[in-house]
Amino acid sequence: MTSPLEQKKIKIAGPSIVTANRTWDGIVVYRTAAKSWSADLSEAAIVRNSDEAKALLAESVADDVGAIGPYIAPVQVGADGKIEPGNLREQIRRTGVTIGQSAQA
Amino acid sequence: MYAYDEIDRTLVNERVSEFRDQVKRRLSGELTEDEFKILRLQNGVYLQLHAYMFRVAIPYGTLATNQLRALAHVARKYDRGYGHFTTRQNIQFNWIKLAELPDALEDLAKVGIHAMQTSGNNMRNVTSDQWAGVAPGEIEDPRIWSELIRQHTTLHPEFSFLPRKFKIAITASDHDRAAIKIHDIGLRLIKNEKGETGFEVLVGGGLGRTPFIAKTIKHFVHGRDILSYIEAILRVYNQYGRRDNIYKARIKILVHELGIEKFSREVEDEWQHIRNSSLQIDDEVIEDIRSRFTYPSYEKLPHMPDELRQAAADPDFEAWRKNSVAPHKVQGYSIVTISLKPIGAPPGDANAEQMDALADLADKYSFGEIRVGHEQNLALPHVAKRDLPALWKALDKLGLATPNVNLITDIIACPGLDYCSLANARSIPIAQELTRRFANHELANLIGRLHINISGCINACGHHHVGHIGILGVEKNGEEVYQITIGGRADENAALGSLIGPGVKFDEVADVIEDVVEAYLALRERPEELFMDTVKRLGVEPFKERVYATR
Repeated sequence: MTSPLEQKKIKIAGPSIVTANRTWDGIVVYRTAAKSWSADLSEAAIVRNSDEAKALLAESVADDVGAIGPYIAPVQVGADGKIEPGNLREQIRRTGVTIGQSAQA
Repeated sequence: MYAYDEIDRTLVNERVSEFRDQVKRRLSGELTEDEFKILRLQNGVYLQLHAYMFRVAIPYGTLATNQLRALAHVARKYDRGYGHFTTRQNIQFNWIKLAELPDALEDLAKVGIHAMQTSGNNMRNVTSDQWAGVAPGEIEDPRIWSELIRQHTTLHPEFSFLPRKFKIAITASDHDRAAIKIHDIGLRLIKNEKGETGFEVLVGGGLGRTPFIAKTIKHFVHGRDILSYIEAILRVYNQYGRRDNIYKARIKILVHELGIEKFSREVEDEWQHIRNSSLQIDDEVIEDIRSRFTYPSYEKLPHMPDELRQAAADPDFEAWRKNSVAPHKVQGYSIVTISLKPIGAPPGDANAEQMDALADLADKYSFGEIRVGHEQNLALPHVAKRDLPALWKALDKLGLATPNVNLITDIIACPGLDYCSLANARSIPIAQELTRRFANHELANLIGRLHINISGCINACGHHHVGHIGILGVEKNGEEVYQITIGGRADENAALGSLIGPGVKFDEVADVIEDVVEAYLALRERPEELFMDTVKRLGVEPFKERVYATR
């Protein structure tokens, strides 16, 4: 697996977070400012430039036991500070499948 | 059913212990994710959007009822109560916890099920015709040869680190239900003029971003030589296959770049070195495998029992019978396809209650055997015709009697962006909407045989290239966009579909498919002319005009 840190440049176009999946159960988690992981997007650390993003990603990658596959994802931050996913993929990761979990289940 | 021997049981059990230790070391931090990833992939464990995904092998699509119950148990105990049957006769669980995976594997091992080689760059589950052993006119049961190849390639050190994944499919019927022409190696069981069993060998098929229909590399390879011939192909692939570029690593690219003539010469040279080796199969080996497949003790039954004659008065039963029930090689019996495509539901999903109930029905009506087809449906392979009405009623209560097999709502779809980390766009909601649009059985029946295949990215797990109508989801400027193709097919006349025009947005897909279908109904010369025949006769253009004239 190529480490995200091996990317030559990390560019972000707006407020971003680092997200991954928790190692023991695979659930979606977000890197917090307290150098931990949370399943709550509102607790995610926000980065606003490439240097901040690179630093947050580096500490996330270093926590290999806590979560796997960390990457930078865009978010939208409202005037009230509320964080929302910045694209459909992250929206689905946050709120779950869009199909009813299983229409037969 | 095939009865595993002690070697198989030991192998599966040892693999569980090994993986339990690997998971323990991963969770303690002794193994990094980089070190662990290849180990989990070799046990069918992927990381998806929301969780780990666990893919379990169903060799050549054959399940015993205790195995189906074990899958139901895993769905219920370790997942969210359902599983998803795939286009390669496997089943996937979408919400497994890594810490619980060894327990799930151990529970499956008790009934001889495992997840070995359902992922990674090795030989994947050898697939076959879901009607194997019961289809009329079949040369012989292709699962005997599937099992031979499974045994030879499982954990084979030479094939555990191939340039890329490698898939083999086998058919023994004139009508190809195993989609052999879109596999790395496709095998068609045939007899030569002496009546000896052998194979037409095809190579280099595959979909994904660079789709190819497999080419015949040898018209007849004797059965005793099939392992050495496959091994020769794999050796050439192992030697020359690209490892520097994942997008060019499949054997289809090698075959395309070398050309089939040069590729076949390389294989022939290699084969001459190894064909008279220990790889040559003794008849006793085949007979031993054959003897481990058990077949039902069929009764002598009438072609048209009273129960069936009486039930024919019920139009709902008849609608189901006409598209779900197929002829069996034994008089008085039928093959029943069970649609996992209820209107509005995700294609290929079955919940734990359905799996358990289906196992009970298989015990009662199908000699304890279930099959999985690449179209993401199940089948009961040995149903006495007299039992069809009772079976239909029982299936209907379970939501498993939708009369849409081979019709427009019998859609193949990958998990798409709702689950898959590779996907760019959603597949399942598109399928759900299409099943609602064409829910009316009379309309679906009027349209006739029509396969829609949907993939949520170019990797093509939904086989969109070979759908009569193919739908490929891509991402464009942050939006889901869908490209529509028509004219593909996955059978013995396999062909890749042709694009009908620019991509359309998520909300427009169902409208576009309705337009394509309306165009077909207007253009066909007679009701018996199937969609594919109209496309073949007229080409893409009239459909394109219909879809894009007002867009």
